[in-house]
Amino acid sequence: MKFDTPATTNPIDQLKVVGQPVDRVDGPLKTTGTAPYAYEHPVPDAAYGHVIGAAIAKGRITSMDLAQARAAPGVLAIVTADNAGKLEKGEHNTATLLGGPEIQHYHQAIALVVAETFEQARAAAHLVHVEYERGRGAFDLAAEKGSSIKPKPGIGGEADTAVGDFASAFAEAPVQLDATYTTPDQTHVMMEPHASIAKWDGDRLTVWTSNQMVAWGTKDLAKTLGIPKENVHLMSPYIGGGFGGKLFLRADVLLAALGARAAKRPVKVALQRALMINNTTHRPATIQRIRLGAAKDGRLTAIGHESWSGDLPGGEPETAVSQTRLLYAGANRMTSMRLAVLDLPEGNALRAPGEAPGMMALEIAMDEMAEKLGMDPVEFRLLNDTQVDPEHPKRPFSQRHLVECLRKGADHFGWAKRTARPGRSRKGRWLTGLGVAAAFCNNLLMKSAARVRLDHRGILTVETDMTDIGTGSYTVIAQTAAETMGLPLDKVVVRLGDSRFPVSCGSGGQWGGNNSSSGVYAACIKLRQAIAKKAGIDEDDAVFSDGHVTAGSKRMTLAELAGESGLAAEDQIEYGDLAERYQQSTFGAHFVEVAVDAFTGETHVRRMLAVCAAGRILNPKTARSQVIGAMTMGVGAALMEGLHVDKRRGFFVNHDLASYEVPVHADIPHQEVIFLDETDPVSSPLKAKGVGELGICGAAAAVANAIYNASGVRVRDYPVTLDKFIDRLPEAA
Amino acid sequence: MKAFTYERAASPAEAAAAATRRPGAKFVAGGTNLLDLMKLEIETPVHLIDVNGLGLDKIEPTAEGGLRIGALVRNTDLAADERVRRDYGVLSRALMAGASGQLRNMATTGGNLLQRTRCPYFYDTNQPCNKRVPGSGCGAIDGFNRQHAILGVSEACIATHPSDMAVALRVLDATVETIRADGERRTIPIADFHRLPGDTPHIETVLRPGELITAVTLPPPVGGTQLYHKVRDRSSYAFALVSVAAIVQSDGSGRVALGGVAHKPWRVEAAEAELPHGAAAVAKKLLEGAKPTQENAFKLKLVERTLAAVLAEAKGARL
Ligand SMILES: Cc1cc2nc3c(=O)[nH]c(=O)nc-3n(C[C@H](O)[C@H](O)[C@H](O)COP(=O)(O)OP(=O)(O)OC[C@H]3O[C@@H](n4cnc5c(N)ncnc54)[C@H](O)[C@@H]3O)c2cc1C
Ligand code: SF4
Repeated sequence: MKFDTPATTNPIDQLKVVGQPVDRVDGPLKTTGTAPYAYEHPVPDAAYGHVIGAAIAKGRITSMDLAQARAAPGVLAIVTADNAGKLEKGEHNTATLLGGPEIQHYHQAIALVVAETFEQARAAAHLVHVEYERGRGAFDLAAEKGSSIKPKPGIGGEADTAVGDFASAFAEAPVQLDATYTTPDQTHVMMEPHASIAKWDGDRLTVWTSNQMVAWGTKDLAKTLGIPKENVHLMSPYIGGGFGGKLFLRADVLLAALGARAAKRPVKVALQRALMINNTTHRPATIQRIRLGAAKDGRLTAIGHESWSGDLPGGEPETAVSQTRLLYAGANRMTSMRLAVLDLPEGNALRAPGEAPGMMALEIAMDEMAEKLGMDPVEFRLLNDTQVDPEHPKRPFSQRHLVECLRKGADHFGWAKRTARPGRSRKGRWLTGLGVAAAFCNNLLMKSAARVRLDHRGILTVETDMTDIGTGSYTVIAQTAAETMGLPLDKVVVRLGDSRFPVSCGSGGQWGGNNSSSGVYAACIKLRQAIAKKAGIDEDDAVFSDGHVTAGSKRMTLAELAGESGLAAEDQIEYGDLAERYQQSTFGAHFVEVAVDAFTGETHVRRMLAVCAAGRILNPKTARSQVIGAMTMGVGAALMEGLHVDKRRGFFVNHDLASYEVPVHADIPHQEVIFLDETDPVSSPLKAKGVGELGICGAAAAVANAIYNASGVRVRDYPVTLDKFIDRLPEAA
Repeated sequence: MKAFTYERAASPAEAAAAATRRPGAKFVAGGTNLLDLMKLEIETPVHLIDVNGLGLDKIEPTAEGGLRIGALVRNTDLAADERVRRDYGVLSRALMAGASGQLRNMATTGGNLLQRTRCPYFYDTNQPCNKRVPGSGCGAIDGFNRQHAILGVSEACIATHPSDMAVALRVLDATVETIRADGERRTIPIADFHRLPGDTPHIETVLRPGELITAVTLPPPVGGTQLYHKVRDRSSYAFALVSVAAIVQSDGSGRVALGGVAHKPWRVEAAEAELPHGAAAVAKKLLEGAKPTQENAFKLKLVERTLAAVLAEAKGARL
């Protein structure tokens, strides 16, 4: 199905199943612990692998003594770059997944020890003796900023954009802000580590893994191993969180495959938690300079946003300026991204790449500017709204309800009661304050295919290689199929995450829900045609409901039409140029109340509200879970999350769950989410958009702005921990 | 993890004897710290002596009117004990500020005192660490050391002792009771129990090899308002940046001890004389000789302000 004109009325608009807050169809499996995750898949005779990570950040291995480890109890094989045979690098990988003798980053995998038991593999791994020659590396973004270069156009578009004459407009603006913000390296720390089981049958490889993008993973695994893609069968039906950390082939899969080949046995590998953070990808740190110029009435006349980040050679920048190209009006603008070479682990996507750290900076800048103008920060944002892409004013937004989100949120949250002057609201030990930020995240379109099969019992089975990373894909896909086919939800079976299924959009960039469901919708429409044909009725007259198809006086059950042999259809959603003609984004507003301990500077979030306008909400329950989860990550980003770089040795020091702090329940007392009633006919036949990343964008800035309102102390370096402002906090007693 | 043998001791004296017989043996109590360290091969005992079944899990009154807490009393049980909550509130509060519910259910009084530092370089066996491998150097001194000690540090090590419970015990003037292989018992004032790092940061307490903690004794209650304020980066499941244990009497006199600032709970009796003069005066004395790094210098201010918070709260409680 080609989607190239805005959607009109279609079966989804019935909203009998779609749009309803139905429970997750996979909920019982999850809550009873019976959804098999990659590492748990029952594979007879599996041996266990333990990964050894490089002890240096850059340099080379000069010797590796495996003798003792080989002789250790239970050891079956040891894989190293030396004995693994020729390996290519996956298209989506920056560093190689099995390092040696060259080492590209700390904890780069250099060996896999395979043994009969996990404990034996782990014990033997400690017996591998490695000697290194340390090389000189670059590990400090601030120090390398000067040598950064203009990166090639990538996912985030051109490195630089300019409209009008920013320099003059900024210089002439009566009210100016010029401030620099920093965001730290962050890691995904999803619950389930990267884990895989690999099994060879001759030259055919089967892997059970935890990967958000089944087709990318299959392709890159085949490429790395130098085998035909057809020989790889990859399954990833349940995923215990990914946040972008599982978009790509990672060392666990590759090493499991190599280990299984060497040991001639199926092999299981889970990356050890303490290895994950430096072994895999992370969200790169940024330094962002924002310059805003405005007329006295508050209208922005100049918007400038520059961002610096680093990555391994061949890597890409964190696209932290992308939202600034689109969010506010202003005639004169410039954005630019620069990329430094850093020998830290590979930088890549983490929930809302680009926009999450970009909004952390931009939305503090907007708060600062509002204050300079003497304006309410909500009013300031309302005044600078735009209904067109400000860099390409002929291009409208498909839907843009930022103003409504801000208004509704302000009203609902009690914004009017805010004390505008910072540091003026103290109750006992607590300085309290309110903060606001806009939320913005682009809506991306990706083609996505599915296959549907109706059987003689009237059961519809949907198959697509789409993944469910905890987001609710199983559920919204089931709802879409049920709605389109006029079936109750319990007559739909959804099977995901198998490379033998049609290729979907996968899970990433908040594109999963809308695109994969649209692919399923396309396949269902095709099936409806087949059913109508078989029933001998005109497709346009056919009404699908309650497991029946009706046309005039003709009424038949889908089960009987399917017959013994069943009926099947396969199709994909493909997009025309709607995304070029219209800018498609999702919008929202975050409101946060914090209390800052007047003595110690400890910050507690008291309540949060997000109002979201993100197209049709396919399932308010799963969507809400996405948004509150993202808001929670926003609190983490604001108050505690950050990888600490050891700039001499070149690694992230706090590489376990005890030292990389994310919020605990006690940090998140009260969250509320309101979805505006919006449909976006330009986005897809479902009129839905992404929502999984919107909730993190701006959330951290709203917290930071609330801290400022509470305490009068502005911190421009995330996370806003008390050590950064304790010396500026007013006297408490 | 290295292979090890395991036994259950029959009595405290036999446990101590067994530990002395086998060099490289260790006691295991709740296992919440030791087992983690064994998996990483930071600790590599050849033999484990399980001390859980020795009847050391009781809280009893002492003849002097204090409490004797068995070494195997779980942190959860100790925090919930009615007598502790009534007479030694600071201890109950400190325990509840530590770790998480699951960990406290396993963690024991003896094990808590002997838990090892949370310095990340200590945990990463690729990195130099004098505490883990004497003589290998200290990764933290010029590295990431925001959490580290500012007081009593040495050229060899700037780690902190992470226990919350120990800070409360310090302000309560507890004593540690032990037994050795030869059956000899001794009592060690908590002030003398933990050592400063000096040149031997791997030696953390005055316990001799094989010496078993049997109990911790609290002197008779001293009353007052008892508070524990733990400052951290999130609301639970995090180690202290700085913590203050305080007992403040109605006349404004009292005691304070600090956590998160040194290789042991930090208490300076002379500083307590300054209590009537306010937090700044007390902090000045407590922090004499402090040697912070660039990253943890904020702790100086934080100590003063946390003390002020605690004194204000104590005052509020007295009104
Ligand atoms: C994730 C995490 C977070 C934590 N957070 C905190 C926190 O915020 N605050 C805090 O204070 N603590 C915290 N802890 C530490 C926790 O309190 C300790 O792990 C626990 O108290 C150790 O007690 P245990 O009985 O499990 O000791 P074990 O692990 O059994 O033993 C620890 C050490 O003590 C020795 N030992 C045990 N009993 C005796 C005895 N009777 N005599 C002589 N030697 C003995 C053992 O040989 C071993 O060397 C945390 C731990 C974890 C894992
Ligand atoms: S501070 Fe102490 S524990 Fe940490 S690395 Fe240095 S010596 Fe080791």
